[in-house]
Amino acid sequence: MSDTHLRFRPVATEPAPVRAALILTSVAFLAVLLFAPLIVVFVEALRDGAIAAVASLANPEAASAIRLTLIVAALAVPLNAVFGISAAWFITKYDFRGKALLITMIDLPFSVSPVVAGLCLVLTFGANTALGGWLVGHGYPVVFALPSIVLASMFVTFPFVARELIPVMIEQGRAEEEAALTLGASGWRIFFTVTLPNIRWALLYGVLLCNARAMGEFGAVAVVSGKIRGQTATMPITIEMLYNEYLSVAAFSLAAVLALLALVTLTLKTLLEWRFADQLAASHHR
Amino acid sequence: MTMRPLINRSPLPGMGLSAGITLTMLSLVVLLPIGALLLKGATAGLPALWTEVNTPRIWGSLALSFRLSLIAALINLVFGLLLAWVLVRYRFPGRKLLDAAVDLPFALPTAVAGIALTALYAPNGAFGAIAKSFGVKIAYTQWGILLALIFVGLPFVTRTVQPVVEEIEREVEEASATLGASRFYTLRRVVLPMLAPAAMTGFALSLARAVGEYGSVIFIAGNIPLKTEIAPLLIVIKLEEFNYTGATAIGIAMLLISFAMLLVINALQVLSRRRIGYV
Repeated sequence: MSDTHLRFRPVATEPAPVRAALILTSVAFLAVLLFAPLIVVFVEALRDGAIAAVASLANPEAASAIRLTLIVAALAVPLNAVFGISAAWFITKYDFRGKALLITMIDLPFSVSPVVAGLCLVLTFGANTALGGWLVGHGYPVVFALPSIVLASMFVTFPFVARELIPVMIEQGRAEEEAALTLGASGWRIFFTVTLPNIRWALLYGVLLCNARAMGEFGAVAVVSGKIRGQTATMPITIEMLYNEYLSVAAFSLAAVLALLALVTLTLKTLLEWRFADQLAASHHR
Repeated sequence: MTMRPLINRSPLPGMGLSAGITLTMLSLVVLLPIGALLLKGATAGLPALWTEVNTPRIWGSLALSFRLSLIAALINLVFGLLLAWVLVRYRFPGRKLLDAAVDLPFALPTAVAGIALTALYAPNGAFGAIAKSFGVKIAYTQWGILLALIFVGLPFVTRTVQPVVEEIEREVEEASATLGASRFYTLRRVVLPMLAPAAMTGFALSLARAVGEYGSVIFIAGNIPLKTEIAPLLIVIKLEEFNYTGATAIGIAMLLISFAMLLVINALQVLSRRRIGYV
């Protein structure tokens, strides 16, 4: 009798050929849908060589787009981080009625189309609305100017930081903060020496995702920015303009910069998940 | 019976400040703009909104957006479950790379995804040429839109189901096997019901994302009225024509339909939980 009959065969998994087929299907699905488009961005950018690609980034239009995108992210991301920390503190440290409603409201931007978000901002701050007209009259145009781009970027990334912090802070409870309080620490001292060290990696995680989305936002910004060349055209908007003018290398070079940003974001995010899994929201544990 | 108090006093400081920042920013960034949309709709009045929406072109774009989003979300449901299972349960070289790559659609800007997919699936692109030799056109047709919507919704189901797969106790599957169930029967009757609520959540998120998607779609769609014109694009067109009532009408219609869909799916989730309990 051969010993194959005695070999242990686990019952809680699929037969080896099925496993192989499922793995291959997954790899093929991701290769066609994710890896191929990512590679194409770089191939198209380098079609006329690396020098042409870099040169296209140095032209004034591209340079101004990169500058604007950096400014928008530098305003929108810290503001949303402050919001996220405040919301998470308010929601996890106190008990009050309507908490579930508040969380739903914070999540609202996830179920609103970016284009509808842009439309909402135009209807609030546009020059022909009451509020917008008043602001323009006092020399503060919002729509077709920087403030609307920042607001649009904030709208679409609004829940990111709060969503990341709330589960972590619920898990950690209030005991440490209350202990610090009984020892006589002030509110800010409690936050900076007790709470912040506990949530820093989760905060960084939320900020990373918020930043990637803010720099890449297209639909909402397309509606509110007016797409004025050299003034209100962010990187994604400039990519669209260049692409529509058949300036393929220039469009894909700028796209490659954003794709690199996405890759850096994914790498940092994955490193955080491996290294600090216990300090992130449970759904990110790997 | 006493009412639960509005606020339970807590000794921790900072309640006023954190509540103030939270509510002020929420109002300014999210609630005020959405309120402005609804107010604009209310002042225009239902008849005016209906006249704006009730054209074949707008019904066509709304139907197209929701039909293709539904198909894309269903495809993502199937592949999302498959990916979650493969990434958690199997060990193979490159698994961690694949796991990290699943989030690419979250990190890659939609405009970048849009031009990349178009370059790839246009008739002169690498995959487009292959499809063309079989007589199939992908870019600038509804297939192209479907592809872009699958791309943007891809991570949702995988990411909601993965943690649940990790929680499943193998003993349950072994018990099922010892009672004589085939592996497929165990997967279908024991494992799948445990994954269902998380999968439905992922499906709903994927659907909501696809319905509103603009950036990745407009490049590959071709944007031909009644054929490949999605609803968000029509809002942009109306705004460019300074037809604010028209844009408002489509915007409100999209808001209402996506909230209705989320409500239905939430109800389904509650039902499935009632049947099999929380997992």
